[in-house]
Amino acid sequence: MELQRFPGGVHPEEHKSQSASRPIHAAFVPRKLVLPMRQHIGQPAKPVVKVGDHVLKGQTIAEADGYVSVALHAPSSGTVTEIGLASVPHPSGLPDLCITIETDGRDEWAARTPIDWRNTDPAALRGHVRDLGIAGLGGAVFPSSIKLDPAGGPPIHTLILNGGECEPWITCDDRLMRERAEDILEGARIMQHLLGAERLIAGIEDNKPEAIAAMQAAAQKLGLTIEIAAMPTIYPGGGGKQITKTLTGLDTPSGGRTTDVGVQVFNVGTSYALARAILHGEPLISRIVTITGHVLRPQNFEVLIGTPMSELLLHAGERDGTTGIIMGGPMMGFDVPDMDVPVVKATNCVLAKSKELFPPKPRELPCIRCTQCVPVCPAKLQPQQLYWFARAKDLGRAQEYHLFDCIECGCCSYVCPSHIPLVDYYRYAKSEIWAREKEKRLADTARDRHEFRLFRMEREKKEKAERLAAKAQSKKAEAPALSTPEQDAKKKLIQEALARAQAKKAAVAPKNTDNLPPDKQAEIAEIEARRAKIVEIAKQPVEPEQH
Amino acid sequence: MTASAHILQKGSVTRVMLLVLACLLPGVLAYAWQFGWGIVINLVWASLLALALEALALRLRGYPLKPFLSDGSAIVTAWLLALSLPPLAPWWLLLVGMIFAIGVAKHLYGGLGQNIFNPAMVGFAVLIISFPVQMTQWSAPLALAAHSLSFGESLSFVFGGTLPAGVALDAVVSATPLDTVRTGLLQQHTLDEIHSASQIFGSIGGVGSEWVAAAYLLGGIALWALRIVPWQVPVAFLAGIWLTAGFLHWADAGRYAAPWFQLAAPSAMLGAFFIATDPVSGATTPRGRIIFGLGAGFLTVIIRVFGGYPDGVAFAILLMNLCVPLIDAYTQPPVFGEAKKK
Repeated sequence: MELQRFPGGVHPEEHKSQSASRPIHAAFVPRKLVLPMRQHIGQPAKPVVKVGDHVLKGQTIAEADGYVSVALHAPSSGTVTEIGLASVPHPSGLPDLCITIETDGRDEWAARTPIDWRNTDPAALRGHVRDLGIAGLGGAVFPSSIKLDPAGGPPIHTLILNGGECEPWITCDDRLMRERAEDILEGARIMQHLLGAERLIAGIEDNKPEAIAAMQAAAQKLGLTIEIAAMPTIYPGGGGKQITKTLTGLDTPSGGRTTDVGVQVFNVGTSYALARAILHGEPLISRIVTITGHVLRPQNFEVLIGTPMSELLLHAGERDGTTGIIMGGPMMGFDVPDMDVPVVKATNCVLAKSKELFPPKPRELPCIRCTQCVPVCPAKLQPQQLYWFARAKDLGRAQEYHLFDCIECGCCSYVCPSHIPLVDYYRYAKSEIWAREKEKRLADTARDRHEFRLFRMEREKKEKAERLAAKAQSKKAEAPALSTPEQDAKKKLIQEALARAQAKKAAVAPKNTDNLPPDKQAEIAEIEARRAKIVEIAKQPVEPEQH
Repeated sequence: MTASAHILQKGSVTRVMLLVLACLLPGVLAYAWQFGWGIVINLVWASLLALALEALALRLRGYPLKPFLSDGSAIVTAWLLALSLPPLAPWWLLLVGMIFAIGVAKHLYGGLGQNIFNPAMVGFAVLIISFPVQMTQWSAPLALAAHSLSFGESLSFVFGGTLPAGVALDAVVSATPLDTVRTGLLQQHTLDEIHSASQIFGSIGGVGSEWVAAAYLLGGIALWALRIVPWQVPVAFLAGIWLTAGFLHWADAGRYAAPWFQLAAPSAMLGAFFIATDPVSGATTPRGRIIFGLGAGFLTVIIRVFGGYPDGVAFAILLMNLCVPLIDAYTQPPVFGEAKKK
């Protein structure tokens, strides 16, 4: 297979050997599991358990809320002790809704039902994928059920298994491919079935020869037709658009997705999770996480979702001088607000920082337009211009210069000689644009409503006038004599009866003006007198206005 | 807010500036070898002025001194201006030039990274307009000079204006080859007559100065090899000079000097590799850089040949600096996945 070179990219020091040499450590059950409802892109999951409920391992504790959502399951058996705000790993540092489970140590499974995927209706199968909590484990955590729906776009001809793992330090996909390649490929088979893709390619960077060999052996054993490509190790070669370019030569259109060119990309971890879910009935309750950096024994762990990162650090040998944790890699990861935040579906790496490994950044200097950022940008943007526009809050120009094609890979920040955190500026500009668009949408809706109300009132007024005019017309035609003595007498009778009834009612029901102190009553009387006077004045014929 | 990436490639603004200075060294050495101590005195004096003025400007603007003084950008400006002036220029010429370069062109526009014009060229333009006599008294090449000034003699001439007893001004200064050609043409001589009347002309350009130009070229190629400057600007700049001068020379060889002669002036090489490539005031897109370089080269020759000044590099670059926002806006390269749409 002929590989193509995607534009841009950098090659930072890899630091992968530290954690890649040890096998995946089996999962341990922590005393407490904290499960955020918002672990995937889209609507947060909706809790379906109450505080005090006993739950079994794999039991649904929150269900998907809408189409762009996935369910969440108890990673071990125990008791729900809290449903409320807790600290979560998110760049904002804000707490979010979580379910806390006190584990009972029995790790007792709920009933697991494998699904006969070949004989299941695709829509129903995607429903299972959603209800088993599967979301992209490569970092974006997009609900897989949606990505596995080929409807509504160009047909998918190629399914790419993404084993790029281009970020430094991270080796969870490497170890997963080395140890569990068969499950990965079983998952890919289901994906291929759902997407109807003819071609299946696995792209693995050439710094993982063992993983490549393991995948090849597994493919042979399963008799699966798959092309396994050793890609050059260039960050961000594992990005969706980048791996698509490398393996198929196709350019994803600006502002589009790889599906626009008929390619769907799944991380190998997602494929593995899908296989466990469909073939074994195990929902997504654990994942492989690399614990590395400033720890005694860097290693990959199978980790129950919800395990506090601090416990993971203890298992890998916490060291003095730990200055913080990055969730993810050093290029795209972010600092977690505190060490006790839980591992979530997106956590591929827990990177312990020290002053030596991650020294404080030098002072940010002004941009000198050296354009060292331009050749490394995989989206072929002009980062220095975008920086300028973001700083000047010239958001319109930023969009014109394709701000939204930025994948936030951090290559520009990495090479900048002025040490400018460029990606932060782009994130700021993007969120500012989103906020403004939302505001504009709300304002538009409000204006539309207001305009419709005015229109409706006008229309009703007109209709009423027309109705009245029509009525008057017909009455005139029907009854020429409007007032006869009999009619007058009748009217009088009716009016007298009405007055009587009103007086009676007033006598029976005490008003809230009764039983008041004399000064108040005097005041009310005065007001009544004024009102009567006004009514009198209003009854008098109005003189025509002089123009 | 968390900043990604958490790791940084080795590299800094200081490193960029130091490499620029390092790549200027061959030219500086050739200059001193061919023309004497003057240039060394000028470079040191300009550097001291740059640091003092930069510190003063930073203090007035309330900026921290250390990170900005150590970025090296002021020294680069100082060297570029010093290398553009006559090496035995009186001390106050550099003082005035540096005040305009650092004070006006750089800090009044917002400091490092904000200047529209190349600061050294602004300083040069102010000086050549204000002090044309001093700006055209160039050191004679040592090979032709009647007297070669020692270091001490150079120092006292620059700072005191006094020459050793018995040495006339004509013994140490002369016009540049470009200026000689210009003056001769104004006196209705042909190029051949001018050439035979003066000893200043070497094999391609001027005696001594063609060596300086060659050394700048060498340093410039090193600067490109180090990926500090893109190839587009110097190549387009030199091509602009060559094509414009070549066309004129082809049209009338008696009045217009050969393109190689235009290229062999040190200002052309210095301009192409070290001044037009200033990232702050230059174009940033690949196509834009070619337009920028071609335009600057074209204007350089036009100003040299038809303008009122003996050299045109500074004005050419300043004029192209003006066009940068326009050039950049109209030469945006397609982003990934965009070209296919057309």
